[in-house]
Amino acid sequence: MGKLVFIGLGLFDEKDISLRGIEEAKGADFVFAELYTSLLAGFSLNKLENLIGKEIILLTRRDLEDENGEEIIKKAENGRVAFLVPGDPLIATTHVALRIEAEKRGIKTKVVHSASIISAAIGLSGLQNYRFGRSVTIPFSDGDFISRTPYEVIAENRARDLHTLCFLDIDAENRKYMRINEALEILLSLEDEIRKKVISAESLAVGVSRAGAEDPVVKAGAIKDLLTFDFGKPPHILIIPSEKLHFMEAEALRVLADAPKWVEELIK
Amino acid sequence: MPRFRHTEKILKMLRNKENIRDIGIIAHIDHGKTTMTDSLLAEAGLLSPKIAGEARALDYLEEEQKRGITIKTANISLLHEADGKSYIINLVDTPGHVDFTGKVTRALRAIDGAVVVVDAVEEVMVQTETVTRQALSERVKPVLFINKIDRLIKELKLSPQETQKKLMRIIRDFNNLIDIYGEPEFKQKWKVDPAKGSVAFGSALHRWGFTVEIAKKKGIMFDDIVKAYKENRYEELQKIVPLHEAILQMVVNHLPNPIEAAKYRVPKIWKGDIDSEIGQAMLNCDPNGPTVMCITNVQLDPHAGIVSTGRLFSGDIKEGDQVYLVGARKGYRVQQVSMYMGAFREVVDHLDAGNIAAVLGLDQARAGETLVDSRYSDVMVPFERITYVSEPVVTIALEPKHPKDLPRLVDVMNRLSIDDPNLVTTINKETGEYLLSGMGELHLEIAIKFMKEYAPGLEIITSKPIVVYRETVSKAGIIAMAKSPNKHNRFWVRVEPLEEKVIEMIEAGEIDEVMGRRRMGEILYRKAGWPAEEARNIWAIEEHKNVLIDLTKGVQYMRDVRDMVISGFRWACQAGPLCEEPIRGIKVKILDAQLHEDPVHRGPAQIMPAIRRAIFGSFLTADPIILEPIYRIQVTVPAEWVGQVSSLLTRKRGRILSSEQKGALLAVDGYIPVAETFGLAADLRSATSGHAFWQSQFDHWERVPENLARGIIAEIRNRRGLPPEIPDAKKFIDEA
Repeated sequence: MGKLVFIGLGLFDEKDISLRGIEEAKGADFVFAELYTSLLAGFSLNKLENLIGKEIILLTRRDLEDENGEEIIKKAENGRVAFLVPGDPLIATTHVALRIEAEKRGIKTKVVHSASIISAAIGLSGLQNYRFGRSVTIPFSDGDFISRTPYEVIAENRARDLHTLCFLDIDAENRKYMRINEALEILLSLEDEIRKKVISAESLAVGVSRAGAEDPVVKAGAIKDLLTFDFGKPPHILIIPSEKLHFMEAEALRVLADAPKWVEELIK
Repeated sequence: MPRFRHTEKILKMLRNKENIRDIGIIAHIDHGKTTMTDSLLAEAGLLSPKIAGEARALDYLEEEQKRGITIKTANISLLHEADGKSYIINLVDTPGHVDFTGKVTRALRAIDGAVVVVDAVEEVMVQTETVTRQALSERVKPVLFINKIDRLIKELKLSPQETQKKLMRIIRDFNNLIDIYGEPEFKQKWKVDPAKGSVAFGSALHRWGFTVEIAKKKGIMFDDIVKAYKENRYEELQKIVPLHEAILQMVVNHLPNPIEAAKYRVPKIWKGDIDSEIGQAMLNCDPNGPTVMCITNVQLDPHAGIVSTGRLFSGDIKEGDQVYLVGARKGYRVQQVSMYMGAFREVVDHLDAGNIAAVLGLDQARAGETLVDSRYSDVMVPFERITYVSEPVVTIALEPKHPKDLPRLVDVMNRLSIDDPNLVTTINKETGEYLLSGMGELHLEIAIKFMKEYAPGLEIITSKPIVVYRETVSKAGIIAMAKSPNKHNRFWVRVEPLEEKVIEMIEAGEIDEVMGRRRMGEILYRKAGWPAEEARNIWAIEEHKNVLIDLTKGVQYMRDVRDMVISGFRWACQAGPLCEEPIRGIKVKILDAQLHEDPVHRGPAQIMPAIRRAIFGSFLTADPIILEPIYRIQVTVPAEWVGQVSSLLTRKRGRILSSEQKGALLAVDGYIPVAETFGLAADLRSATSGHAFWQSQFDHWERVPENLARGIIAEIRNRRGLPPEIPDAKKFIDEA
């Protein structure tokens, strides 16, 4: 009977995979990877191939969604297959369907974890993990479809005195990665449209770019100031904190995220 | 820019609305509309009298002159003086050829009255009926001009009794049309009556005409006319009873001015709230109200760019005005305002309510657009979408002879679809096909000709014409569930046939997406007997007469994905699962949905395919069938050939409805599938030794006979490079 191992690639480059992940990949008959759900800014497929001594077959969104990952499943029915995924492999939710399908067809599955942007961004910001509400993605608002969900989620969380982690949309095929200032503009325009006074240009936000790299940027400030702040290359992620902060959070933001002095006024 | 001697005088008078008439001339092909228009033009001093009649002033494109048919719509203002009063007659020229009836409908929106021209020899024909019906449905009041009386005398040599009988028959037939198609409150008042002066008789070619009233006043008898022809001095007639006097007098006396007409036409052609500020201004044709203009014609002028012509229903328009196009959702600054004279535009300072204006600077305007003062952009309800009687049912593929000309081909196709909204251009980037769809072979032939004129030297290779089919269902399908590609969203959908009555209501514009859900719901509940819940929850009406209904209850994020669901529905309807022909006449009910929490996991790339799959899944379990377009065909042929015509039509799967004696000719009326009409001209010619005159226009869709359907589907699939077998419903239905 076959086996399918989901292996996390971590955050930044080929060195973020765990030793266990490398072992599993080395022992596999086939190694697949997808790189469309996140951007590993310093990643080189070539270097990873050298590291595990195997060819890696790159899959597209079409292979995994439209074709239901049939290629992986077929191979896993009769052998050992490793599937490399950025971050922690089942947090980008998409691959749960693949794992379920594999198990239904009698294929054993296993997960080798790695760092996720969720823990990295929260950790870097200094905000307390216990105070985060639902997270949400801010989608590109080009075209005719504009989602109100990010605004609604932030509203719910803030009403309950919770922070919101906002993933920023990526369009890997077109190499488009949403930047923090773009995300803030979308949020302000949603506020402008819906007008429930959830956020304003004066509200506090925390931007994190290139978590996991040698030079991550973490910056807290008023939205109006972050709009013009240079966070450098993608990937970016955004946190909209609650209106009140724990004193440790305020101190962390001051020291670790270059926050302005007025964040101390938010201490509850 | 040409100047005309009456321009200033006309401008001054354009403000006196009692003395304005916005009218059109409508007729069956070759019944003499253009000749009559030219004659009017000549007499109004806008053209030299000599060239009218032969030159056909309104047919300003070479193409039209060569073929002798009118294609472009132009507008012109005429001056008429009678009883010491001066009148301005805005004349909207409407095309008469059967393949272009869409333009007739469009022009009707702008006019309050129409002169219907009927050839005395041929009498009331199929197109007379079509255009009169269209006019009545837009509350355009008709008067009648019976043309070509000279032919009755010279060619048919009818006796005065026979002539009188023939003329009375035409009047009776015409009044019958008003009886059938007129609205109850207007039809008695609008019937024409020679005694009241709402019928004129004459010869447009020889430029004479009279009403009974004029004949009495001038003491001219029908015998005098006959005599004039017999003695070959008919040219005198144009001096004694000039055509323009008869026609314009009839127009002035019997057709309404814009103020009168607005009272009963605005509530019919505009669906907004009559009690609102805009509603009241339009109802009163108020020049001081908010600017409202209904654009009925958009053309690409080689020098001026996009020229939008339309009727001002309220307010005024001048250079520099900030205006807004409701359909395009775009604001503009008006670059120039002109009035029409023949083929030419005359720049003016301003024009106000009741007039026909040409406006420059609206690059996204299309025929049917509503223009409004920008300050009212939020509250303006657009004019009812102008409904087209004809549908594009024939397609050809185009290809430039030299691949480097491709960008020019694309450019010129785009320009053409601006000029003529009845042409549909489709550019399929995946297959590399450049498709042009129109109402018939001739329509497309002319379109290609125009393309070559627009782009001199462009050589175009065209495919054989292909008939456009529709896919539909014959019973309700199963409830199909489909998941999004990422498997995180599910929709439960059922496809059912849409009632014929509702399809008709959509075609007639009785229900329309723009009217808002509540009103649409009311109409469907009352008139179509829909359950209240379904009637109230229509999300979209697709162009091929498909309806999307949301019957989900309390599904979280449904509002967030609404637009994507609608897009998925439209996408599915554009190309059905049988052979990628458009779907027609289905009701799509969304019964339930489950959606992912996060918006990127339920973005358009997830929702649209899920909806489409669910629709296809249910569709394929609903006994799907294909429909083919059917022409109404009328063949006029000497009685001795009628047997050949009947058997030819029957052989081509045609159906004969009636045949009627019209003088020495028989008019055979029937239906024939469009697919059987390619090459029909040659077949008819050889079957009747060239004695048959025929024409056809799209009439309706009909189920393709079962023994043919399979072959047609296979052929289309093959043409599109699809696998030969129709996909199984299972391919689109997921298991929970």
